[in-house]
Amino acid sequence: MSSETDIYKKPEYVSVMPDTDYSDAEVNKVLTPEQKIQLYRDMVRIRRFEERSIRVYQQGKIGGFLHLYIGQEAIAVGTVSLLGADDHVITAYRDHGHALAVGMNMNECMAELCGKHTGCSKGKGGSMHFFAPDKNYWGGHGIVGGQTPLGAGIAYALKYRGLKGCCLCFMGDGAVNQGAVHEAFNLAQLWELPVIYVIENNGYSMGTSQVRSSAFNEYLAKRAEGYAMAWDVVNGNDIYSVRAATAEAIKRAHNESMPTLLEIITYRYRGHSMSDPDKTYREKKEIQDYKEKKDPITVFQNILLAEKVLTDDLIQSIDKEARQEAEDAANFADQSPFPPEESILEDIYWEEDNRSEETTSQGTIIFE
Amino acid sequence: MAQITYRQAINDALSEEVERDENVVIMGEEVAQFDGAYKVTEGMLKRFGPKRIVDTPISEAGFIGMGIGAAMLGIRPVMELMFWSFSYVAFDQLCNNAAAVRYMSGGLINCPIVVRGPANGGTNVGATHSHTPENLVANHPGIKVVCPSNAYDAKGLMKTAIRDNDPVFVMENTILYNDKWEVPEEEYLVPLGKANLLREGKDLSIIAHGRAAITSLRAAEELKAKHDIDVEVLDLRSIRPLDEEAILETVKKTNNVLLVEENKPFCGVGAQISFLIQEKAFDHLDAPIRRISSIDAPQIYCKKLEDIQIPSVARVVNKVLEMA
Repeated sequence: MSSETDIYKKPEYVSVMPDTDYSDAEVNKVLTPEQKIQLYRDMVRIRRFEERSIRVYQQGKIGGFLHLYIGQEAIAVGTVSLLGADDHVITAYRDHGHALAVGMNMNECMAELCGKHTGCSKGKGGSMHFFAPDKNYWGGHGIVGGQTPLGAGIAYALKYRGLKGCCLCFMGDGAVNQGAVHEAFNLAQLWELPVIYVIENNGYSMGTSQVRSSAFNEYLAKRAEGYAMAWDVVNGNDIYSVRAATAEAIKRAHNESMPTLLEIITYRYRGHSMSDPDKTYREKKEIQDYKEKKDPITVFQNILLAEKVLTDDLIQSIDKEARQEAEDAANFADQSPFPPEESILEDIYWEEDNRSEETTSQGTIIFE
Repeated sequence: MAQITYRQAINDALSEEVERDENVVIMGEEVAQFDGAYKVTEGMLKRFGPKRIVDTPISEAGFIGMGIGAAMLGIRPVMELMFWSFSYVAFDQLCNNAAAVRYMSGGLINCPIVVRGPANGGTNVGATHSHTPENLVANHPGIKVVCPSNAYDAKGLMKTAIRDNDPVFVMENTILYNDKWEVPEEEYLVPLGKANLLREGKDLSIIAHGRAAITSLRAAEELKAKHDIDVEVLDLRSIRPLDEEAILETVKKTNNVLLVEENKPFCGVGAQISFLIQEKAFDHLDAPIRRISSIDAPQIYCKKLEDIQIPSVARVVNKVLEMA
């Protein structure tokens, strides 16, 4: 075991950030200035939403867990920006960023955090369980790695129906040591499923660094080789890189119906959840270093300033609008009602919620 | 009416539903090329092809989870567990994802999956292959649990389960697979939550499910023939939903109740039934409710002792003689 001082040490064999430049990739070259601004705006919106939710949490209005996406925004925005009508998304419990990226609005998300009836899951799911099937967004799953077989199933359903789509299935770096993940990898490759598994490697599975939790062979994604699955490692602080690598994976899914494992290296600035004081397992200067030099929003901002797509005025107005949108969402959540008591017993069984002449079950299904 | 086996009845149900609905897929370990570990899916690969009848690797968490994901998009997978005992490595998928995805999404998603396979002891295979988790899974709101005791029910309940828009877990019994029962040629469905009075009687009520209902029926026949005791046998058919009305009706008729199940006793299905009876028919009881279940130990390997561990006709007869 590592000594106490060793836990901050990053041996060379952990996943290291690749420095490939993808700004010339076709998928980025075709972006219009408006599309680039929208990508930037979407990242800022996620950041401001998360920051506003911290205050709501600190006011005691959000219960339980709150896992923040701050620092990882380029991944959700970059990957989701490439999806079409038959492409789907499923993720783990750090799910707010993906929810906003697929087009869920801040109001329904903030209200869900507060357990309100106007939340996306009517206050029944909470922070870890956002869903929007109308936007091909299948959650929001609380158990580490538990969503990865579901991701394979979504891809299976697409293939079964003969649709040219794929499923983006996100997980954290901690998930790669769960059995269900490896079962899903095996099935995905064995059955040639159009699923793209994305490891958002933020360096820590809760408070345990990747080197203390995972046996490494250079990269976590390299484990895909055990299944003969295609894999890649991506700089998650550069949205162009994220888009370039994801586009390749989508092409593989759509054209060959084959899976890909992407390891996107990123960093979270906040603790694992709001209940993590973040004082025991990493040094402040490590966080500071990321914020100053590698922040995905700042990185993209600088690129777009250099490209003369963004101006200082535009940066400020985007930021102001995002802050206002988050503020309005907090107010919306605040003013929304809690779900009525009787709703505890709704949404358990489809059949109970859709009683008609066609429903066949008899007897008692909800017990006192 | 023709008699067919419990195994054939399930095969017929699966085949009819595969034929009826293009979204129905049969999946599991050895269901296709091997013709089924217990031959339940025999001939189906040849008849329907590999898109509809799919062999999975030994990977329950993976393939059950995969089925759940596909079901969220409207595919109707019927997943075979070679033994329900193997569900324990897929418990997260079954009891977090299948059970709760509708609730956690505020009703936006439903999961029309069927998970089926044998859940029984009595086959001389030891503790790891003899679990009866109907009580365990029924403790998770969102899941429906069905335990057919005979070929007629197995077919009718299976077809209903496949058409159901909620997750339905069907617990079969390998010892029953060869049992024959009258099954009509024409199509029929058996609704979930409707108990079946296997035998009418006036002296005492036995309430049971799965193979324990058949054991109880044999015991009742012996009690009538040898002791002139007239026992009523109510087969629950499904655990959740539960036919509370039929339970209360038989209690009110005979005023004396024996619960028989192959579950282990602690928090078994019988615990729920006796709670119901004491709450809603207390004044109709002439005596305390009695129960026979599997003896409270991990399933023993030794066949001679396992036959003692699970409820037998002799144990039921003796218990009724004590009570009558």
